[in-house]
Amino acid sequence: MANTPLSVTRFRFVFGACWLVLMTDHALILYWLGITWTAAILDSVISNSLLLLFSLLIMNTLRYYLPRREQYLHIFFWCVFLALLWLLLTRWFLDLALTGYPGYPTLLSHSLSIRFSIAFLLLGCVTMISVLWYTWEEQKETEARKADAERLAREAELYKLRQQLQPHFLFNSLNSINALIGSSPQEARKMVQELSDFLRGTLRREENQFISLADELEYLRLYLDIEKVRFGHRLVTDVQTTPEALTHRLPALLLQPLMENAIKFGLYGTTGEARISLRAQATEDQLVVEVTNPYDADMQMPSGTGFGLRSVKRRLYLLFGRSDLVETSQGSRDFSVTVKIPRNHGETAAY
Amino acid sequence: MAKLLLIDDEPLARQILREYLQTYPQYQVVQECQDGFEGVKAIQQHQPDLVFLDIQMPKINGFEMLELIEHPPAVIFTTAFDEYAIRAFEAHAVDYLLKPFSRDRFDKALRKWEELAGNHPSRVAASDLLETAAQSPLQRQRVVVKNGSKIKIIPVHEILFLEAADDYVKICTSEGTFLKNQTLGHFERILDPGQFLRPHRSYLVNIQQITRIEPYEKENHVILLKSGKQIPVSRSGYARLKEVLGI
Repeated sequence: MANTPLSVTRFRFVFGACWLVLMTDHALILYWLGITWTAAILDSVISNSLLLLFSLLIMNTLRYYLPRREQYLHIFFWCVFLALLWLLLTRWFLDLALTGYPGYPTLLSHSLSIRFSIAFLLLGCVTMISVLWYTWEEQKETEARKADAERLAREAELYKLRQQLQPHFLFNSLNSINALIGSSPQEARKMVQELSDFLRGTLRREENQFISLADELEYLRLYLDIEKVRFGHRLVTDVQTTPEALTHRLPALLLQPLMENAIKFGLYGTTGEARISLRAQATEDQLVVEVTNPYDADMQMPSGTGFGLRSVKRRLYLLFGRSDLVETSQGSRDFSVTVKIPRNHGETAAY
Repeated sequence: MAKLLLIDDEPLARQILREYLQTYPQYQVVQECQDGFEGVKAIQQHQPDLVFLDIQMPKINGFEMLELIEHPPAVIFTTAFDEYAIRAFEAHAVDYLLKPFSRDRFDKALRKWEELAGNHPSRVAASDLLETAAQSPLQRQRVVVKNGSKIKIIPVHEILFLEAADDYVKICTSEGTFLKNQTLGHFERILDPGQFLRPHRSYLVNIQQITRIEPYEKENHVILLKSGKQIPVSRSGYARLKEVLGI
């Protein structure tokens, strides 16, 4: 929440000084108009204290409800209303406190219109200053947010570059190919082909490009085939989709990091067979993809697994402006990530 | 005949090692293991002369596996990419092979081991090497201990405190106490100094577990842990304590 202008010490001083000047001025004028010092000072204190209260009220209210441009007329009427309210309250208090002083009631009834005008002007000023102040604060916040978003985008870019290279995956795959060349050259050739297609796909695709789930799965298949050659029978995958889901469009390369995460988590977090499953279904307005991997409660997450998930979350946030699209759940033996991809409006929201 | 052991979770990575080893009939591959647990058992069972060891493996990695073995055999690491480990191991491992490696590179590593083993008839030990690895810039996130025949993985944040006990270190967690054949100094080096503090020669304490520090007798202090355990504080330990906790 924005700070009030009064949170700055310098402004607090200026504000206080202004009010003192106003009070003194008020009392002096009344005295010149011919009432006693005591009455003049009492009148000034009562009216201006109430006015001060109203000003603070306005300042605080605007802190939470900053008017938009088209609502400025409302603000004007509110000022009028508040000034009238103030006049009523002040008059009541002054009547109560000062009727005994000679000549005072007449003076009061004669000066009501002037009092109202001054109060209206003052409240208007306070409102204007507050609106300016809060708008400025809001702008500062927006700018800070923008700088933050830019920094995150840069980080993501760097991460993407590093991801593209994927040294572990690449070197281990090459090592497998090296082994296959000796034992089964045909399979080695197939794996070289798959690895090339996979790498080409990583390099070509743009961050904000949308492709159909069918295409994304085809790309994922390359990746899974390579991983299966590496890990042999330990890695079992199970992909299930509904026909409607296959045509749904989603940001390119969104599922691969999730799958990579699940494989790392599943294969390095447990021994024995690791079954990674992917289920995709489409509802009226979104595509829901769930990736599940086995999990051992005794284990900590292998290092690096959280990062892929975070980057998917961030990417969806940047594209759709929603942070509730990625959910994780931990069963006793399974860990699953559910990703929701809203239909259509995402492609326009990308820019 | 020298006994060799291959430990790698990828079958093809083991296959290429086997293939390269075909030209060395004097070496016998006694077993192939696909994770660290199998590795620990196989090393105890066969007492191999040389182990080819992958670093990234299921559940426990290659370093952690070696820590569980009292007298580790000679080790040649085979890894895809692990710059920290490589830097730390350069001086002490027999050799490290970066995947994918050629037959020439493999032969060279084997010759290196033969030379070392020739000079030290008993065995080339990997114990020095673990000490070096401990100084690598990677702070530990977990500690692996052997509890009877079981292997226990303790996340570092679950450790309440560590206590020196002769040649061992007692690792106290809320689940119980585990022994590890190590020095307390070793743990002081591998654990994050911002998280673990040594208030006394025989103790290393998880800062998160401290509830109170109270005066004790004349000039001494004592740390009270959440579990109620009291840990003595030496004079120099108290100075360190003040520095780390900012009091």
